[in-house]
Amino acid sequence: MSVLSSTQSPASTGGVPPSSAAGRVRVPRWRRRLRPYLLIVPAVALCVGILYPFLLGVFYTLFNYSATKPVPDFVGVDNYVTVLTQGEFWHSAWVTGLFAVLATVVETVLGVGVALLLNRSSLLGRLLEKVLIVPLMIAPIIAAIIWKLMLWPSVGVLSHYLSMIGLGDLTAIDTAGKAMFWCVVIDTWIFTPFVAILALAALRSMPRSPFEAAAVDGASPWFTFRTLTLPMLWPYVLVAVIFRFMDSLKVFDVIYAFTQGGPGNATTTLQISAYLQAITYQRYSFGTTFMIVLWAIVYVVSMVLVRYLGRVQNRSAGK
Amino acid sequence: MTDTASHVTTQHATGVARRRLGRVLTTVGLLAYFAFSLFPVVWMILLSLKDKQDQLTTYFAFSPTLDSYRAVLGLGDADAGVPFLRFFVSSLVTSIGAVLVSLLIGVPAAYAAARFSFRGKENLMFTLLSFRFAPELVVIIPLSVIYPQIGLFDSYTGMIWVLQLVTLPLIVWILRSYFEDLSPEIEQAALLDGYSRTQAFLRTVLPLVKPGIAAVSLLAFIFAWNNFVFPLTLTSSNAQTVTVGSLSFIGGNEAKFNFTAAAALIAAVPPLVLALSIQRFLVRGLSFGSVKD
Repeated sequence: MSVLSSTQSPASTGGVPPSSAAGRVRVPRWRRRLRPYLLIVPAVALCVGILYPFLLGVFYTLFNYSATKPVPDFVGVDNYVTVLTQGEFWHSAWVTGLFAVLATVVETVLGVGVALLLNRSSLLGRLLEKVLIVPLMIAPIIAAIIWKLMLWPSVGVLSHYLSMIGLGDLTAIDTAGKAMFWCVVIDTWIFTPFVAILALAALRSMPRSPFEAAAVDGASPWFTFRTLTLPMLWPYVLVAVIFRFMDSLKVFDVIYAFTQGGPGNATTTLQISAYLQAITYQRYSFGTTFMIVLWAIVYVVSMVLVRYLGRVQNRSAGK
Repeated sequence: MTDTASHVTTQHATGVARRRLGRVLTTVGLLAYFAFSLFPVVWMILLSLKDKQDQLTTYFAFSPTLDSYRAVLGLGDADAGVPFLRFFVSSLVTSIGAVLVSLLIGVPAAYAAARFSFRGKENLMFTLLSFRFAPELVVIIPLSVIYPQIGLFDSYTGMIWVLQLVTLPLIVWILRSYFEDLSPEIEQAALLDGYSRTQAFLRTVLPLVKPGIAAVSLLAFIFAWNNFVFPLTLTSSNAQTVTVGSLSFIGGNEAKFNFTAAAALIAAVPPLVLALSIQRFLVRGLSFGSVKD
């Protein structure tokens, strides 16, 4: 088999072997060329179908389309000017950025910590590892409902027992700080397992020999962690960080169920603002403008992060 | 190290003590995290088993009843007045439908991306990936205007279509990595045996990636099932799903915490059961194939 295939042309493009003795009809070259395109036609059609509403959205932003203005006027870049000069957008952008950074940092630190603990392979760890993903697989909206019930004033289980130890004030979601705090807690509850399972996979795939060498040389655990574990872990954890940060920028479910953006506008992230503008108030053009700007931010951030990831991965592969 | 033997023994003793301390701290840390992680679920189970009076208490001991499950599902006399069973069916139909459509479209595309080089390949793959990271409302707002005009609002078809945004990128990216893991020699052997390209794919490659297809289908189903923002904006009653439906027991003038808990648990069970069956695959699935376990 290996001898035969080595005599073939660079065959991954599916060339018919010259000694095709089985009497097969030789597929003409143009049809072979066409093959991959035929395979992707449905996927391309679907992409076009999804890009169409996106482009329509971009088109909307150039008009003043709303439920009260069904026949809109062309307004050029007015919507963008309004969005970028009014406080509402910048407030939402600040809330979104704050949430994304807080949630990503807390989840990463906690997730890596949990993975390190689980990697010490105790009996307890092996048992708990099986249920690690439970919060992650519950729908975020359901998770938010669960926490909302636990934090319900006076009858929620957390409100009740926290007030017994004098922390009752913490569970009253009446300030911007506390609302943000609990949104981050809920997000952390859901997504820490995400970071943890990626970090755990990385820890388990690490080569043994550097650690054995460090142990023979009498290196302290902290030194080993800092100079061996952490650098080898980082390319994997970075994947988790990128996923978490990008997803946090478009957070919607948790906040929609938990605070609806409140109190006041304390937790109106960009997707919540856009939802309120476009769906609740039916100001389609204005709401879409929020989303196009958010989309552009996400795009740029993802380019920067993915490029950084590529550099880190190349470095760890020794290139 | 060159000192007396007693020095060595003390060092040995501190080593043992330190290791023991490490074990204790590991246990404490794990218990603390998992208390945080599992208590909310345990509490929801308790709350869903409480009756109308007990639901407003925070006791752990009470006489359990399945009444709230009966009420939520509209079985027996107790009816919560929300067609939750229908929401459940909608969730099933739209999630399964979305996965099937994605498989039909995604398997050939993933195979093409893994085996052939063609123009625009990376553009297609990147476009699909960008669907995964794009904020959903970018597409939803225009769709919320178009859908009612073309009769797709609140329909299974409309939901299955828009859920492709969730399921298709996952399926294509993961399956591409599975196909790439297979040596092209497998197909070449079949081609030499006189199979056509299609037969070679169906008889040699497909059986080998079947476990991967099964796992990614289940994960795609979970993501489709757990989606909230699409049914929230593009359905009203017919095609509404459990994620939106679970909200209908909160609010109103009467507290129905036990109903809400029961609804939340019913909505959470299918993805949980499926996820526990594909534990080993999750690392690869959740990282879009960029980390392989």
